[in-house]
Parts: sequence; C-alpha cells; structure tokens
Amino acid sequence: MDYVIIGNSAAGIGAIEGIRKVDQEGKITVISDEEYHTYSRPLISYYLAEQVSAEQMKYRGADFYQEYGVETRLGDRVVKVDQDDKLLALESGEEINFNKLLVATGGTPFIPPITGANKDNIYTFIKLDDSKAIAQEVEEGDIKEVVILGAGLIGLKAAEALVKLGVKVTVVELADRVLSAILDQDAAEIVQQNLEAKGIEFVLEDTIEEFSGTDRATAVKLKSGQQLKTDLAIIAVGVRPNTELVQDTEVELNRGVIVDDQLETNISGIYAAGDVSEGYDLVRGSAAVIPIWPNAYRQGLVAGQNMAGASESYNEGFVRNSIGFFGLPMITAGIINPEGDGYEVLSSKLLENNSYRKVVLQEGKIVGFIYLTDIDRAGILTGLIKEEQDVSQIKEELLADDFGYLSFSEEERRKLLWL
Amino acid sequence: MKRVYAREEYCLGCKLCEVYCVTSHSKSKDIVKAHKLEEITPRIIIESKDNISFALQCRHCEAADCTKACITGAIQKDEETGIVNYDAVRCVGCWTCIMACSYGVIRRDEYGDKVISKCDLCITEEEPACVTNCPNSALEFEERE
Repeated sequence: MDYVIIGNSAAGIGAIEGIRKVDQEGKITVISDEEYHTYSRPLISYYLAEQVSAEQMKYRGADFYQEYGVETRLGDRVVKVDQDDKLLALESGEEINFNKLLVATGGTPFIPPITGANKDNIYTFIKLDDSKAIAQEVEEGDIKEVVILGAGLIGLKAAEALVKLGVKVTVVELADRVLSAILDQDAAEIVQQNLEAKGIEFVLEDTIEEFSGTDRATAVKLKSGQQLKTDLAIIAVGVRPNTELVQDTEVELNRGVIVDDQLETNISGIYAAGDVSEGYDLVRGSAAVIPIWPNAYRQGLVAGQNMAGASESYNEGFVRNSIGFFGLPMITAGIINPEGDGYEVLSSKLLENNSYRKVVLQEGKIVGFIYLTDIDRAGILTGLIKEEQDVSQIKEELLADDFGYLSFSEEERRKLLWL
Repeated sequence: MKRVYAREEYCLGCKLCEVYCVTSHSKSKDIVKAHKLEEITPRIIIESKDNISFALQCRHCEAADCTKACITGAIQKDEETGIVNYDAVRCVGCWTCIMACSYGVIRRDEYGDKVISKCDLCITEEEPACVTNCPNSALEFEERE
C-alpha cells in the first residue's frame, strides 16, 4: 500500500502516526514545500521572541521519519494531482503514485487588496520562514516601528514577540475589539489594556488603505486618513484553506475540502485533514473549517487510521484556543458571542485580578466558554462540550472558582472519573 | 495499567497526599526541606466541599487528549509503561493541555511559570507517594478493567 501525505505539520504527522497504528508495512511518503523537519507552527512567535531555539521547534524527535518508516520529499512541491491515475507530479519532475492520499496542505494567509501590499518588507506570519525573515530584519536592519494589520491570534502573537525584541508596535484592526473571534467585549477589553500596558498601540475600527514607499514600505495610510510610519509590516487578517492543489480535480470543495466523519473526501482514497479541511463542527452542528492545532492532529490521526483500513470516526471538532500574552492566559472554546435565540449566557463578574469566566449553554449543554486569567481546569468544560453532557442540574456551579467534579452528583462523578 | 483511584467515602481531606507528592518530587526527599526550601507544585488536585473530598491525578488515558493537543510534542504517552510524560524542556507553557484535559489534572507550575506539572505515578518508586502515605487508604493503586 502506498500512502502519500501532502503536508508535514500537525495533520500530516497525525496521519503518519495513525497509519502506523494499523499498518506497519505500507510505504509512506510525506511531501512538503517547506524544507524543515516537522516543526510546531504555533511556536514561530516564540522563535521570533528568541524563547525557543530552532532545535526546540521540532514537533517530533530528529529520528521521527526513520522510526516511522517515512520517505520524505521536503522542499519539493506537488504541482498536479491526477485522481484517475492516482499520480502526483512534483515540481522537481518526480512522479509519485499513491493508493491513499491525504491532503494536509493547511492554510494560506489572506492578503486583502491593499495598494502596495507587495513591498519587500511586508510579511505574513504563519511559517518558520516568515519568522526567520522578520527576525533577520530586526537583527540586521533598523526596525524601530512595525505596523501589524489584524488583532487576531497571529497578529497579536507577532506583536508580543516584536515588543519583546524592543520594537514599537501598532496594531490596526477593522473590528471594534481585539481577538474578536475568540473573546467577548469584556474579555477583549482586559486583554487590550494588558497589551497596551506593555506598549502595544491599537487603532480599532480602521484598516490600511495603502502602503507607501518605493521597494520598502515606509508608511501606511489608514482608511480614516491617519498615517503611520513603519519600518516593517505584517498582514494577519486571516488564513484560508489552501485548496489550490485539488481545484482541478473532482474533489468537492466549499470553503475547505469537504470531508465526511472518516475524513475522506467525495473521491474514494483521497482524504483531507487539518486547516485545509471542512468537517463537522460539534457545537454548530454543521460543517466548518476549524483551523486549530489540536483539531488538525486529531483529524490527521483518524484519517491515517482510516487510510490504512480502519473505520474510525471523528465528530469532536470545534474551535478551541489556549493562548496568552505577556503572562495573561486565556482558554476559550466554541460559541462565545451567540447570536439568535436558544442560548443562555452565564458570566462572572470581572475580578480584581482580571479573572473572568463565561459559559454559553444551548438546550442545557455547554456550547462555548471563556476562561480568562484563572484558566485552571478549563478542560473540564471542554470535556463536557465534547460529551454533549446536560449540565442544567449544575448550572449554578459552572462559574464557581472551585468548579470541579464535586459539582456533579456522586453517580455522575464516579462515572466521569472511572471510580 | 495500574492507576490511582480515589475512594471518596474514606477521604478525610487531610491533604497528606499532596504533601507527600511534593516530597516525592523534591530533590531532598525531605518533607520539611521540600516544602520550605524547594519550589515544587503538587501534581495532584484535591477537591473538597461539604465534608466530601477526594484526590485526583492524571488518569494516564489510553487515548490521551493532552498528547494530541500539545503544540510542541512535549507530552507523550509512553507506550511501554502507559504513563503520560512531559518534557519540561519542550514545554512552553501554552496551556493547551489544560484546555484539553477533561479531568482538569494538569497544573501550571506555580514557580517556573512556563511549564506544566502533572502526575508521573512516581515511576521510580514502588507505588505513588500519594497512595503509600494516605492514612486512611482513600487512594488505591491497582489494575482495573
């Protein structure tokens, strides 16, 4: 059996480990346009901030491919997928046959149509090479001020890293708050204040209209008319599923590559996992792209097992993030700003230590939560979402500091804790 | 594999399990020095309310969500011992494992700031220190189905 995996990040590695759970013999080839040993994408901001070394970036040990019997084509690129002949054409000229294919090509940063966005010192920030290039500019160049477009996870992690390197950072964001996808207004305010206290400036409800300068951008012009000087800029307004490779095949696409609960596409033998895929979202009850690391690994793992002949399902996908800035941690999941009827929102008062909790219920089940500052044991809620547990009996307990298994009935507790 | 199971009907909430957990993971292995001189976060959670209490440690799950969620690869399940281990050098303190663990038994290190702290079943000892030192046998270390 010839397994081919396009992509060498969380989903790809999950697939390798999944295949080997079932099939120790089949040939596995992993192809990536990045030349690196598998590394952790979320760590690129830590790398930029000089908090982890290149060695520590490795997601699996140096002997991983050997140990799992994987042939690698790193630094090469698939240029064509021939679904009928089950053949891939690589940029190097090589052709590779597959019996089972996993598309784990991740996401591509979205670049809005801004005048001058192609200048030399304008970057996106999702790959190690992005981080290396920015680090080099900071090290060698005269980078004193940076403008970042987008106050999402990527933009703010880049901002944090640059501030740690002594660079002045201004973040421009179209929404009325930071991290609008994962926080509500109250939590976002606390996080923004914390970031401002560290020196990051924000321009909200505005966007960049033009990068001016010759080869390099030296200033940005905002829609409001405001001008900001800049020595380097980062565009971080979002990531889209990188579906380019399968656009000429009959693989069904929506926003991402559509997969069933076994991670297979509409074409038998072709699977997709991770940020490129569009699978089932448990809390929304519909299909969605869920571009987060733990989901990518889990999808990859299940896809790999199924490619090797197992019949595993994955229906536990939903958005969840654990992230922190300058020591202020937050864990959020699912639907945190519900729109429409049928939701019940419980939220705590904001405490002096900036601790804040919010839980969103639908039909007695948790469909989303925010834990800010005091994040301990947040996973209990993640578990309750996953298990679709009815929590209407313990609603009053959900926001308590000491919320835990004693909040459940003895019978429930024994069941949940295997006691 | 052998795991630690709580018997809440016997638990007095005395927290000796936590005391001995800290001692077991200290350099000195001395109960006083471990608490006074070393900075060690317990690897056990004690829940206590209205005269009911119990201690909880990592379940060392077969399909451990923390190992799958970890963004650095620092948390791995040892296929031979079954123990879910972590590598403090690779941990960056992103707390994704805390988000993933539905038992809520992974703690933030209270001193190091940047890494997690979780039960390792006192692998070098005959049985976990929390079990050995529980005065009322409210923790059992055994193989169950």
